This record gives sequence, C-alpha cells and structure tokens, in this order.
Amino acid sequence: MSRRWGRDPDRDRPKTSVLVALVLASLTLITLDSRTTSPLDPVRRAVGEVFGPAEVATATAVRPFTAVPDWFRSKDSMKQDLLDLQAENSDLRSKIATDDYARNRLAEYDGLTAAAKDLGYSLVPARVVALGPSQSFSRTVTIDAGSKAGLRPDLTVVNDDGLVGRVLRVTRTTATVLLIVDADSVVGGRVGRSMEVGFVTGRGVLGGDGRLDLELVDDTAIPGKGDAVVTWGSQGGGPYVSGVPIGEVTTVYSSLRETAQRAVVDPYVDFGALDLVGVVVPSGTASDRSVIEADGTLR
Amino acid sequence: MSPLRVAAAAGAVVLALVLQVSFFSHLAWEGIVPNLCLLVVVGAALTRGPQFAAVLGFCAGLALDLAPPADHVAGRWALALAVVGYVAGRVRREGRPTAGTVVATVAASSFVGTSVFALTGLILSDPALGIPDLLQTVILSVVWDVVLTPFVLPPVMLMFRRLEPDRSLA
Repeated sequence: MSRRWGRDPDRDRPKTSVLVALVLASLTLITLDSRTTSPLDPVRRAVGEVFGPAEVATATAVRPFTAVPDWFRSKDSMKQDLLDLQAENSDLRSKIATDDYARNRLAEYDGLTAAAKDLGYSLVPARVVALGPSQSFSRTVTIDAGSKAGLRPDLTVVNDDGLVGRVLRVTRTTATVLLIVDADSVVGGRVGRSMEVGFVTGRGVLGGDGRLDLELVDDTAIPGKGDAVVTWGSQGGGPYVSGVPIGEVTTVYSSLRETAQRAVVDPYVDFGALDLVGVVVPSGTASDRSVIEADGTLR
Repeated sequence: MSPLRVAAAAGAVVLALVLQVSFFSHLAWEGIVPNLCLLVVVGAALTRGPQFAAVLGFCAGLALDLAPPADHVAGRWALALAVVGYVAGRVRREGRPTAGTVVATVAASSFVGTSVFALTGLILSDPALGIPDLLQTVILSVVWDVVLTPFVLPPVMLMFRRLEPDRSLA
C-alpha cells in the first residue's frame, strides 16, 4: 500500500495533506481579504515597508540602463520626428484659423488651464519604481513617495499629460497607485465642451490599446468625437480633484440594451511609459522633498 | 530544514519578486512580464520535490499577493503557486531532468499557474475581465516564462541541488 506512489516510498510519496493545508490556507486568505475592511491591510503595509525600499533601490539602479534605447535613435529618425511635428503643427494652426468649432474648443482648454491653476493644490513629484504585472490583471504601480512625503490614500496622481490614477495605500517611503486603465477604476468625468457628466471606467488593458469607456448620465447628450474629457472631482478633492484632463473621445456608440450613451476615450497619458508623476496634495503639506506649488514655484 | 536553506529560498523569492516588478517592467510586453517567482518555484520542484515546492510556492505567492504594487485579493497567487509547486514536483524523477523536461515543465507550470490565478479572478470578479483577455495574457506569459527558462532555471536548480541533503545520493 505504501509503495503505491513510486519506487522509493520515503522519497517519492507526495504528502497530499500538505497541499490540502496550503489550499485551505489560501482560501482562508481569499475569504478574509474579500471583505471591504480587510484584516490583511496591516500585513500588506508591513510587507510594503520591506519590499518598498528594495523596489526603489532596484529602480534607481536600472534607471541609467532604461535610457539606453534612446541613445541609438539616429539623427535621421529625429529629423523625421521634427518634420512630422512641423506638419502636425501647421495642420493644427490651419484648423484653429478655419474651424469655429475648434476655436471654441481652444477657448475651453484655456479655461481649463486657468481652472487648474486656481485649484490651489501642490504637487509632490515622484517616480514610478515598480509596475504590477499584467498576469495579476490589476493595473497598479508603486511610486517612490510615501507618508514621509505627505502622501495618504485617495490622492489624485497626475503627470504632464493628464490624469494617471489615485493613491490606494501608502507605506513610509512608497505608495501604491491604481491607474485609471484598471478594470476596477471609476472616475467621474465631464465632457469639456458640453459639460455633461458621466463615468469613465478602465478596461484593464495597458499600452497602445489602453482605452477607457465613458458613460454619460444623461442619455440624450451625445459626446462629439475629439471632445476632451476632464475629471469633475468630488467634495474635498478626494479621490480625484476636478479639472484634470483624462483623454479624448474617439468613438461614440449607443446600445439599445442600455439607456446611456457610451463613448470610447483615448487617455492622454501613455501608461506603458510612466515615469515622473505628481501627487496632488493640499497646499502647505509637509513633505520630505521639494513640493511644486500651484503657481509653478518650488518650495 | 536548515536555516541556510530557508534563507537561500527566501532570498531567491525576494530577488525574483523585486526584479519582476522593478526591472522587467521596462521590458514588459503588453504589460506582461516573466513570472520569475514561478520559475523559482518550478526550479525548487524539479530538485526538491512536491512537498517543499508547494510550501515555497505558497510563500512566494503570498509575497506576490502582499508586496506593492499588488492590489488583487490576497491568497490568489499563493493558491496558484502552491498548486504549481505540487504539480511540477510530481514530474521530478530520479536523476537530473533533461533540458526538454525542464522547458516542458515550465510551460505547463506557467499555464497552470496563470490559469488558476485567472480563474480565481473570474470567480471573485476581481476584476471582471473577458475570457479572450485572460487567454491572451495566459499565452503571452507562457511564452515569456519559456524564454527566460535558460537564464533562470539552471542557477536556481544548481542552488537548490547544492543545498539538498545527501539523502538524494542514498
């Protein structure tokens, strides 16, 4: 009976009881962590305190090498880039000159920029040090600023292109950020031109296909192609402050089954190449690093 | 089990995890990176057998579940990698496995591990994703893991073999 599993019973017989115990332990963890206030949060934080600095150190060590591919870009390709940009620039200029619609839109962008300046928030600069693997099916990154830098959960994270995500949890030196392309992410969005409000959800896809879905609350309002979508923000600026650009409407469709209008939004931020980000904190937050004030000065 | 062996296994897992999230993220393909933790567990399974590998898989999975930037329900990778360690350990036979066996075991383990993780996600709706997305991710991660096998598995297996007690020679 004891030789059932192989030639050498002491060596080859696997202990099924070990596997059963481990599976039960995993299921217990899953059950515990599925609750809204997870008892595992302190454990997560403790593990983060250990792994966070290791991730920061590794990211700092490999940063010089990640720039290497850029060195090999030839002068020709840069010249081509310049020509492309000049062509795009003149194209845009002609559009502004000829198109009333486009001119209106430009005025609105100006308004948005002014609104962003008036918000009275400061930015804590941080770098992305770790990216959650797609195998885990959640789009999260670690940044190298934590509670010492004045961060806390539910703060808005932006970069120079637009909205990146929000802070989920912090350790002393790092913070975990949920990207807006995550399938669990919901952001209150407003179409810049019509001021209609809706909800922007992620699809869980990173990189070039990383699109967002916009669902407007008013089913009679139809967003136009090319409209800018910005955040509408919530009370007290958390988790998202208002007026941050999210993306541009690329396709609009209405489904008969659902009452609301749906649109596909192309985010301004390139989530495959995130590096420097800013965390929006209330003005005057104590931080361990220079904070960018609303008027652009460093403090 | 000597403290040295525990420390070596823990060190391998920590190194694998940190490289996976901080270094290989720059080489990510559609956001998918090689699952180095899974490769370490398979390496342990092929040299030390199912029991040790299942325990190591559980611990490595737990680290993947809890270390930032993870945000999924904890216990999912722990379950997936414990199963992987056990299944890959059953493949082990007397003597050294051939290169073909190692690659085949890695491919099968990667498929099983990522699939178990994806299936628990489907059951928990964490997050709610479609089957095509899941399948694409599973296939790409198998490819990545097989590509990295020649670089990761030999040193990992050598390490575990050096630390193995002499009873393997008995």
